[in-house]
Amino acid sequence: MPLLEIKDLKKTFTAPDGTTHKVIDIPSFALEAQQQIALRGESGSGKTTFLNLIAGILKPDSGTVFIDGRPMSSLPESERDQLRATTLGYIFQTFNLLQGFTCLENILIGMKFGCGVNRELAVSLLNRVGLSERLHYRPRQLSVGQQQRVAVARALANRPRLVLADEPTGNLDHANARESLALIRETCRENGAALLLVSHAPDVLAQFDDVRDLRELNLVTKEAR
Amino acid sequence: MTLAHIVAKSLRQHMLSTIVTALGIALATGLLMAVWVVKSQSNKSFTGVAGGFDAVLGARSAKLQLVLNSIFHLEDSPGNVAWADFEEIRKHPAVMFALPVAVGDNYRGFRLVGTTTNLFTEVEISAGHKHKMSAGRAFNAGFAEAVVGSFASQQLGLKVGDKFHPYHGLLYDEKQQHAETYVVTGILAPSNTPADRVIWIPLEGLQNMKGHAAQAASEISSVLVKLRSAMAGKQLDTLYNKQGTRLTFAWPVAQVISQLFEKLGWFDRVLALIAWLVALVASASILVSLYNSMNERRREIAILRALGARRADIFGAVILESSAIATIGALAGFAVYFVIVSAAAAIIRAQVGVVINPWAGDAVLLWAPAGIIAMGAFAGIVPAVKAYRTDVAENLVPHS
Repeated sequence: MPLLEIKDLKKTFTAPDGTTHKVIDIPSFALEAQQQIALRGESGSGKTTFLNLIAGILKPDSGTVFIDGRPMSSLPESERDQLRATTLGYIFQTFNLLQGFTCLENILIGMKFGCGVNRELAVSLLNRVGLSERLHYRPRQLSVGQQQRVAVARALANRPRLVLADEPTGNLDHANARESLALIRETCRENGAALLLVSHAPDVLAQFDDVRDLRELNLVTKEAR
Repeated sequence: MTLAHIVAKSLRQHMLSTIVTALGIALATGLLMAVWVVKSQSNKSFTGVAGGFDAVLGARSAKLQLVLNSIFHLEDSPGNVAWADFEEIRKHPAVMFALPVAVGDNYRGFRLVGTTTNLFTEVEISAGHKHKMSAGRAFNAGFAEAVVGSFASQQLGLKVGDKFHPYHGLLYDEKQQHAETYVVTGILAPSNTPADRVIWIPLEGLQNMKGHAAQAASEISSVLVKLRSAMAGKQLDTLYNKQGTRLTFAWPVAQVISQLFEKLGWFDRVLALIAWLVALVASASILVSLYNSMNERRREIAILRALGARRADIFGAVILESSAIATIGALAGFAVYFVIVSAAAAIIRAQVGVVINPWAGDAVLLWAPAGIIAMGAFAGIVPAVKAYRTDVAENLVPHS
């Protein structure tokens, strides 16, 4: 059984003027445990919506998202929250760190809603991403590259089975992007987590053996071409 | 890392609005507790400091005026009582003890009260406790000697051996100085009764002071009475108030004072209403400050939700935050309470001689903060609902 399985996933948004826009129409997609896949997604291809549907942050109009055999999309909201917290790690393009909290606290908060606070593990994760000297720094006191490392550590804090990464190197320079991508892939491998990464950057996609094109998967963009 | 830790961080992040809002809550809590305690303690103190007397016999007048003048040394004397009337009630079988008092002079605003040495030897201010001297001795009848109450001696700086000239009238007027010179022979130990703010002199001294009407020599202002039983009070009440027309028998003293508090009840209610309105406004300020901050916190809430926080967690965190602000305010309210009650106690002691203790326990010190905290928690509901409804995807990242 795949770790992530998607069937006939559809999502439409209604604009303020009342018109509807279909954004996602993906007949099928699957990801095995510990597998690492890169999705090529241009701007407007619905890649963030797709990841939010997988994470249970958005609810599809129809279709199903199975994570580890559990139907994420049809669970009650509180169970979706719980499944997301314990099974998924999410690395956002804008990192989404809590500005009022230190690096360590950002990791601990991620744990609080997931598998429980484990300070030792949080410290070891920050050590692993090279921030052992920055545990008590706030995000705004860190460089962009360092903030991204905190986001990586937080995504792995609950020992997730699947890590979603949305343009994780989009805000980094070339050198930092390369280093950061390697870190994400390595830490996922070390923690036994599968990785689904979406990006439009050719040099990022070139690092992956398995690259899919979201425009081909998503019938909305496929038909529009 | 707990929800409380997250809330504490949030309070620190919004320090200014937290402090301002908590101060409003503190003011309301302190005011409410102070109004209640001053009301209940002054009621209890006033009705409990009759100085060991059950009743007052005086000229025909309102009972309240008689009690305020004779026991609390406030108000004007309603008139005089003949010495024969004193002798008659003193010998009445229902009376255990009667003490004549005469007023009409002061020393720098503190009343001179003429009486007999029985005040120090016979009168029990509470069960088994008589007046004690902290220095010196009691005055001798017929001599120009004085015993000064503890508060009066403190305020006037009088000590044993000091001499002074009394002033005519109950209000101080430096032009009204009497020629007589009195010497202080004793200072009363604090009794926490109106006796503390009086200068006691022999009855004859006040009766025969130069400048007083000749008739005053055979009259007194009133008689303080200790009865043998409650039945005796009814008997004398009938004798003086119903059958007689010249004199008034104010009995029981506590009930007469209670009537004063009943008359002033509207004032307490207005103060309490003001306190509750301040609490309401302070709670509304919690609501508004939290509600407005929800706009700037939408992203933070969305991040927490993306990390797995349930809507109920977010709702609970906002309620906890509003309760925490109210709790900080309620605790700070105790400081406001002590300031208000201490100031009120000092004024009441100076004016009436009755002592109010801010440290004495009262149920209001529990239920008022609890009620205010509940109001604060309730005020958090509207912003909590707003936080509860925050759309995660919309506030997390822009759609691509």
